[in-house]
Amino acid sequence: MLLEVADLNIDLPTADGARRIVREASFKLDHGQTLGIVGESGSGKTMTALALMGLLPDGATTSGAIVFEGRDLTKLSEAQMQELRGDRIAMIFQEPMTALNPLLTIGRQIAEPLILHRGLSKAAAHDQAVKLLERVGLPDPARRARAYPHELSGGQRQRAMIAMALSCEPRLIIADEPTTALDVTVQAQILDLIADLGAQSDMALILVSHDLAVIAQNCARVLVMYGGMTMESGSTQDVLARPAHPYTKALLEARPQVGAPRGERLRAIAGAAPSADAMLKGCPFAGRCPLTIDACSLAPPVPVVLGDGHIARCIRIDAAERLV
Amino acid sequence: MSRDGFGARARRNASFALGAALVTALILAAALSLVWTPYPPGAIDVPHKLLEPSLAHWLGTDSLGRDIVSQLLAGARVSILVGVIAVGVGLIFGVALGLVAASAKGLAEDAIMRLCDFTFAFPALLLAIMFTAVLGAGIVNAILAIGIFNVPVFAKVTRALGNGVLARDYAMAARAAGKGPVAIAFEHVLPNVAPALIVQATIQFAVAILAEAALSYLGLGAQPPQASWGRMLSDAQQLMFLAPRLAVFPGLAIALAVLGLNLLGDGLRDLLDPRLRARR
Repeated sequence: MLLEVADLNIDLPTADGARRIVREASFKLDHGQTLGIVGESGSGKTMTALALMGLLPDGATTSGAIVFEGRDLTKLSEAQMQELRGDRIAMIFQEPMTALNPLLTIGRQIAEPLILHRGLSKAAAHDQAVKLLERVGLPDPARRARAYPHELSGGQRQRAMIAMALSCEPRLIIADEPTTALDVTVQAQILDLIADLGAQSDMALILVSHDLAVIAQNCARVLVMYGGMTMESGSTQDVLARPAHPYTKALLEARPQVGAPRGERLRAIAGAAPSADAMLKGCPFAGRCPLTIDACSLAPPVPVVLGDGHIARCIRIDAAERLV
Repeated sequence: MSRDGFGARARRNASFALGAALVTALILAAALSLVWTPYPPGAIDVPHKLLEPSLAHWLGTDSLGRDIVSQLLAGARVSILVGVIAVGVGLIFGVALGLVAASAKGLAEDAIMRLCDFTFAFPALLLAIMFTAVLGAGIVNAILAIGIFNVPVFAKVTRALGNGVLARDYAMAARAAGKGPVAIAFEHVLPNVAPALIVQATIQFAVAILAEAALSYLGLGAQPPQASWGRMLSDAQQLMFLAPRLAVFPGLAIALAVLGLNLLGDGLRDLLDPRLRARR
């Protein structure tokens, strides 16, 4: 197993004490596998991704285990994490506009991890950077390598970011909303590119997104997060075709659907996501769920196994089955 | 998006152009004084004291018969020396402290910033007077005193802007690529705060010239026979009503130098701001 996350809790310090923003996250990922983490803003999906990189904000504490290639990342020193980052685990960020240093050429920035982790000379790293730019499908890579970020379009910059992440052939790539800032037409190209390159080198991919469609097309397994808790997880097919959790169902309902009657409004989920300051005892979705009973807000729901790797956290799973 | 070169935009920027012209004049005057002055700047010639401007002495002579033009030229050298060293000291130590504060965060950041606040609590000139009073009057001590006051100025600017850069995605991306805090400080933070530091440096340069003039005026800076604009002012004070021009010329020189540096800083701020750079 490449990556095994077990009972990961993340606490962020606030003015009134620590706040748990991710609760009991658990998942596994093997070489070449793809996992999607889906959730709305504040669901803890980005924090989960940052925890894997060891890049949580200052003062954040974790408990649980993140075992990557046999080592528990939560127990590594900062220096050991630095060796790992960019080399074994790489990350693609959401905003290609701001994730590149405006003062350095594209080639220089792609070459950095190669110089750092592979000990390549500047010239050799630059040549490699040009090859990587070609691999991510940038036309005229030699010229692009000498260009500055502002001379590239958003899609081109995201390709450059991918080239940077891939430079050391990491075993695991974490892509945090890699296409959210891009035009719809470019989104599909970028996602295909990430999936293709990942498959070619047998890299595992964790794709973090708020967009179910993006996850559905690119990930074999999916994790649905809400209020810091994994609501449902399983193979993408199972979760999307037979959603068991009321939240997953509501999420699928809220999507625009082709063939829906004209003028029909999208179904919104009533209420708002739980305020992050409120430390919830029970299910984070209790305040908005149509099936809420008193017991929902008393204790966190335990995982219910529904089938082969298909798990949902809901104490009213039986009632949810009848929910349209 | 049309982009003009730095030169074309610089020519359109009036304050940059005027500031650059004044600063160039200052530098030329200082350079010229190294190879030529009409008379030796410190040469006392009592029979020719307090002469009106004439062909022989373009701006006249002072109470000891020293040529004003020669002293102004030589004084420019002192002003530049003071500015360069005082700003240099401030930049080297201030930027280093600021980078450490921004990168280290936590206790180190608090300690450095409180130390800066502590220094700021003393008025700059008072601090310089205190310093020269302890170490003795003289141009070297005056420069050091001014330089020390510059350290917290640059430390504060570097830390504040550095924190901004560190919060940017590319700093996070650099960390995700496995870079350590030192590499990030030098490769990402420093280049991105450099434009603001350059602007701050021109302003501190002007402040340093003023401070040196003030210290010399108080007799704590340049000592005779060393020429200095501040010392010339202080000498002229006794003859304020008899020969006001003795105060006017060095005063004008200080005013023009400070104005030039401030305009240059202002213009540079506009020219180096990437948000303004992209404008048509």
